[in-house]
Amino acid sequence: MSQIRFSKDHEWISVADGVGTVGITQYAQNQLGDIVFVEVPEAGKEIKAGGEIAVVESVKAASEVYAPVSGTITEGNAALIEAPETVNTDPQGDGWFFKIKIADTAELNGLMDQAAYDAYVAELDA
Amino acid sequence: MPDTAAEFLKTTPLDALHRSLGAKMVPFAGYSMPVSYPMGVLKEHLQTRTEAGLFDVSHMGQAKLAGEDVAAALETLVPGDLKTLEPGQIRYTVLLNDDGGIIDDLMVTCPAEAGLENTLYLVVNAACKDGDFAHIARKLAGRAELTRHESAALLALQGPKAATVLARLIPESESMEFMTSRMASWDGAAIRLFRSGYTGEDGYEISIPVGVAEQFAKTILDQAEVQPIGLGARDSLRLEAGLCLYGSDIDINTTPIEASLTWVIGKRRRAEGGFPGADKILGQITSGAPRKRIGIKPLGRAPARAHTEIQDGEGNVIGEITSGGFGPSVNGPVAMGYVAAPFAKVGTPLTLIVRGQPMPAEVAKLPFVPHRYFKP
Repeated sequence: MSQIRFSKDHEWISVADGVGTVGITQYAQNQLGDIVFVEVPEAGKEIKAGGEIAVVESVKAASEVYAPVSGTITEGNAALIEAPETVNTDPQGDGWFFKIKIADTAELNGLMDQAAYDAYVAELDA
Repeated sequence: MPDTAAEFLKTTPLDALHRSLGAKMVPFAGYSMPVSYPMGVLKEHLQTRTEAGLFDVSHMGQAKLAGEDVAAALETLVPGDLKTLEPGQIRYTVLLNDDGGIIDDLMVTCPAEAGLENTLYLVVNAACKDGDFAHIARKLAGRAELTRHESAALLALQGPKAATVLARLIPESESMEFMTSRMASWDGAAIRLFRSGYTGEDGYEISIPVGVAEQFAKTILDQAEVQPIGLGARDSLRLEAGLCLYGSDIDINTTPIEASLTWVIGKRRRAEGGFPGADKILGQITSGAPRKRIGIKPLGRAPARAHTEIQDGEGNVIGEITSGGFGPSVNGPVAMGYVAAPFAKVGTPLTLIVRGQPMPAEVAKLPFVPHRYFKP
C-alpha cells in the first residue's frame, strides 16, 4: 500500500516498499508556468533531505527541486529531458522526477499528508 | 518583500481589466503589472509571433519636450541625429552620462502635427522615468521645457496581424511606416500612434487618454486575432529579437559601442561630437571597445540565465550573460551578454558555467528571430 506525502517546497513523494517516487505538485507547476527544461539526477547519487537534487525551468526562471527525504537515487525520469512539458500536464503522474531508496522512513513523518498540504496551499493562496 | 509593499505599488489605468482577465500580477518598477494571463508565457509569446498581442506598457514614462531649438538642445544629452528627424519620424536613442555610460534608452518622436513644430515626444523606461525627466529638465533648463504626459495610458499591439486589426478601428493606421508616428482619433478621443515596438514584430504603440484606455483595450481584445500578453512574454520576445533591456543588457557602466549599438551614433554626430562622453565613445569607434554585447546560443537544452559566467576554452573568465532564458520561437535556450572583444565574432565557441557545470555555447548572430517591421 502506497502513501503520498508533501513538502513545504511543493514536492510530493509516493512511497511503496521503501522506495519513494518524487515530483512537484499541481500547485508548483501552476506557479511555475510553462516548463521548458528539467534536469534529473542519475541513479546512485546520494542525497540528504532538503538537498538540491533536480532543476526545473520555466520560460522565465530556474527553480531547484529538493529531496523530501534522505536516500539514494535509483532512477531519474529520462523522459522529461525530451518532454519537460509533461510536468505541466501530469505533475503527479508521468511528470515524476526521480525515484529514491529511502534511508530512514521515519523522515516521512516530518512531511504533510494530503489534507495538511491542501490546507497549507489554501493558506498561501489566501 | 513585506506584505505592506503591495499597498504602495502604483497601478495602470488597465489594472481592473488585467484582474478581470485573470492576470498574474507582479511588482515591476514600482507598478503592479501583469506578468502573464491564463494562456501562459509560452503561448502568449507564440500568439504574438503568429497573430497579435496587446500589452499594457502604461508604466513607461511619456513626456513632451518643447523649446525654440528643441532638437539641438536634446542632442547635447544623446548621440542621435535629431536635427534631421523628419516630422512624423521616431528615433531610438540613448541618454548618456559624461563617461559615455547609458542612463537610459528611449524613443524620440518628432510630431508631424501643426503647432508641435518645436516639440519632441519622449518615451522612456518605467524604472528610469523619474531620474530621466529630472535629468533632462535640469540639463536643458532655459532651452527646453519638459512636461510629463501622465494623463495617457500606453498600449502596444504587436504581431503580424496587428496592422489588420488596428485598421478595422483606425483605417489611417495601416499605411504608416515602421518608426513613424501620427495622431488619430478613436471614439472621439485623440490618440497618438507609433508604428514601433519591442518584440521584433510589426505593430504599434498607442498613447491614449486614461479615460478611454480600458474601453479601447477591450475593443482591441474583442478582435479574434488578439490576446492579452504579459511582461513574461514581452521579455522573451525582445530577447529573441536581440533588443536590449535597460538595467540588464545596458546601464551606466556600458557605452553604446560596448553595447553593439554603434548605429545609434548619427553620422553627423560622429564627425561633430558634442554629446556626453563623446571623447570616449568616438575613441571606441576608432580603436574598438574592450568588450562587446553579443548573442549567445547555448548548444544544449538548458537555459543560461543572467549573471551566468562565460569562459573561454581554457577556464579564463571572459564575460557574463546579461539576459538569458528559453526562446519559445527558437524552441531552445537563447541569451545575450558581454565578452572581451577578441571573443565577439559570430561562431566563437564559449563555455557557460551553469550550476557549477561547464556548458558549450557559441557567439550567435542577433536577432535570433528575424525582425518583421513594416517597410513598404
